[in-house]
Amino acid sequence: MDWASIFDNTLRALLGREAIIYALAAIGLNIHFGYTGLLNFGQVGFMAVGGYGVAVSVLQWDLPLWVGLLVGIGAAVVLALLLGMPTLRLRADYLAIVTIAASEIFRFMVSAPSWREVTGGSDGLSGFSAEFYDANVIPDGSYGYGPWRYGARDLWILVVGWGLVLLATLLVYLLIRSPWGRVVKAIREDEDAVRSLGKNVYSYKMQSLILGGVIGAVGGMFWAVSQSSVVPGNFGTVPTFYAYAALILGGMARVWGPVVGAMLFWALLAFTQGTVNELVANELIPNSIMDANQAGNVRLILVGVGLVLLLVYRPQGIFGDRREIALGDR
Amino acid sequence: MALVAVAIVLALAPRAGAQEPAGDDGPAQGEPERTITGTLRYEDDSGEDVFVEGVDVTVESSDGSFSETGTSDADGRFEIAVPEPGTYTVTLDEEGLPEDVGLRNERPTLTIQLREGRTSAPALFPLGFGEDAGRNVSTSFDRFLRLTVQGIRFGLIIAMCAIGLSLIFGTTRLTNFAHGEMVTFGALMAFFFNVTLGWHMLLAAPAAILVAVAAGSGFDRFFWRPLRNRGTGLIAMLVISIGASIFLRFLFNFQFGGFNRSYRQYTLQEPLEIGPITIVPRDLIGMGLSIVVLVAVAVFLQRTRMGKAMRAVADNRDLAESSGIDVDRVINFVWAAGAGLAALGGILQGLSQTVTWQMGFQLLLLMFAGVTLGGLGTAYGALVGSMVVGVVVEVSTLWIPSEFKTTTALVILIAILLVRPQGILGQAERVG
Repeated sequence: MDWASIFDNTLRALLGREAIIYALAAIGLNIHFGYTGLLNFGQVGFMAVGGYGVAVSVLQWDLPLWVGLLVGIGAAVVLALLLGMPTLRLRADYLAIVTIAASEIFRFMVSAPSWREVTGGSDGLSGFSAEFYDANVIPDGSYGYGPWRYGARDLWILVVGWGLVLLATLLVYLLIRSPWGRVVKAIREDEDAVRSLGKNVYSYKMQSLILGGVIGAVGGMFWAVSQSSVVPGNFGTVPTFYAYAALILGGMARVWGPVVGAMLFWALLAFTQGTVNELVANELIPNSIMDANQAGNVRLILVGVGLVLLLVYRPQGIFGDRREIALGDR
Repeated sequence: MALVAVAIVLALAPRAGAQEPAGDDGPAQGEPERTITGTLRYEDDSGEDVFVEGVDVTVESSDGSFSETGTSDADGRFEIAVPEPGTYTVTLDEEGLPEDVGLRNERPTLTIQLREGRTSAPALFPLGFGEDAGRNVSTSFDRFLRLTVQGIRFGLIIAMCAIGLSLIFGTTRLTNFAHGEMVTFGALMAFFFNVTLGWHMLLAAPAAILVAVAAGSGFDRFFWRPLRNRGTGLIAMLVISIGASIFLRFLFNFQFGGFNRSYRQYTLQEPLEIGPITIVPRDLIGMGLSIVVLVAVAVFLQRTRMGKAMRAVADNRDLAESSGIDVDRVINFVWAAGAGLAALGGILQGLSQTVTWQMGFQLLLLMFAGVTLGGLGTAYGALVGSMVVGVVVEVSTLWIPSEFKTTTALVILIAILLVRPQGILGQAERVG
């Protein structure tokens, strides 16, 4: 057992690229679910339209990267309008059904052979991030300390990523303390009461859906641009529920909840996956029980169990306030 | 715990087989000549091969920069050189075919991928003679009929899976995202009895359904009922059902592996021809069985005490409870019956297509579409909605490529939510 490398990887995952992507996705979900009470089960759809928005505009339409980023954001707004219009006047589960359906359909469509010329089919698209790498202001070299040692390019990716996370967190912090934030929180608690005060509940819910969706799309764009590729296989249903697990672990309706949650979630995943892989590789778990192929499923099985246990025993997560996530009567 | 029981049962199930063969891309060679090739051939009445000479085949590159026409030789063979790897459309000139000869799949235009590192790609034009020649017999109305029958088969399967989903929602207000896994569970248990233990399908299927009924009942008794008693909120339960779905789905993947597999019996069957419709006997029997089961469910709901109690709980839980109905028992029965129906649906789908670890999850979206279309919480609504979704999804392939057919279901879903959110048979209820 190579414990040193398991711990190294765990510590690296704490600040890694995945933690950034899922922190952004979970911040979006926090606006949806934590503050407004909207059940978005298709956050990955927003991430995917963001990622594909950038990739298609840069590669197929020859637009500069920054325009591509705007296209990605625009696509997320359109998706939110499309999903919100039929469902936000209805009970919460309709939004859940339609969002999960839409995210899956988007994945089918971009991987469809008929549209291969635009979307690259199941191979996806790659090689559209040159401008992002060229904008790197960090001189060559190796930076960091202990397990956190990065070359110039990796450091650039992480700096930009965590910068985005901080910006999004600041935005949420300001918004939630504004009158707007009080209204959406009130909608979460009692929609009818807010409506009887003369607020347009539908419009506030739509704004929340758009805002959270755009932050999710920023996560998707960061994902796409930092690895310079988008593959439809990445955008299955799993990322949404990774983001939920991170959000619930950190604590819903807390400004820092999703960020800390995503960091811990990826550290935990890296630790369990590393341990399981080592156990299998050293045959401490006999191959008749689990082989290397099966080991890849273990973390997903654990995420499922973890999500159930968290919601049953500690729905407020690490930082949450139980009174503020009255997940009941909606 | 029910989940533990599931895990133990699964531990007995077969293990993943060998790795699937890796991609068979040939090694790249210097600058080889690249061609798109094929042979035009049909069987005449006596079953003898006839090669078709002198038919034009046109190859065009996807961006329109390249176009070349070749003609089939005496051996029916055509070979057209193309400049580079990429996507080409290959069109067969049907006018050039002899009389009574036509394309069996009615697709004169194919899209061919010539991958990097390959020197040739085959273009297949299956030809038929007389009765077999697609253009002579198969009018688009016949295709419409054939797709409708397929759609009804598919709709019946969706309906069987969705009735449980709808009844569970009706009695507990829970949208059970783990319902797809109950479908997969039935199909996998049947696979375990049929293939691993070697029982005949006729024995394996009922056994699997029994296990599924027990599992469904246990799932409620030891998982959902304690949660309800703790006062867990509905939204929390919704997310919990997703957690359970992920857990079960990847547990299935862990045990069963990521492959498509088939049952031992009824996989290779000669299709029957009934008028313009061709259908394999297993699908015909499956459809008959589905109809019998669905009628039985309807009679059960309408006539028996338990059925009436189920409808009463779905209608108004508190009123039902105060008039002496044991609501917990009714809910438990709904879970058990829903799991049994889902298992049967899974087995029929597995017989008709293949068994995979995520077959149920793939059906879940269509179930949601069907249930919403029919009216969430109503059993008959689930039936009607699922049939409509099944037929529309299949028939839509007349106009759109089949890879987009599930998109149709989403479009239906969004349209119905905009126009009539309570569904066809649901009662209007003001929500906001």
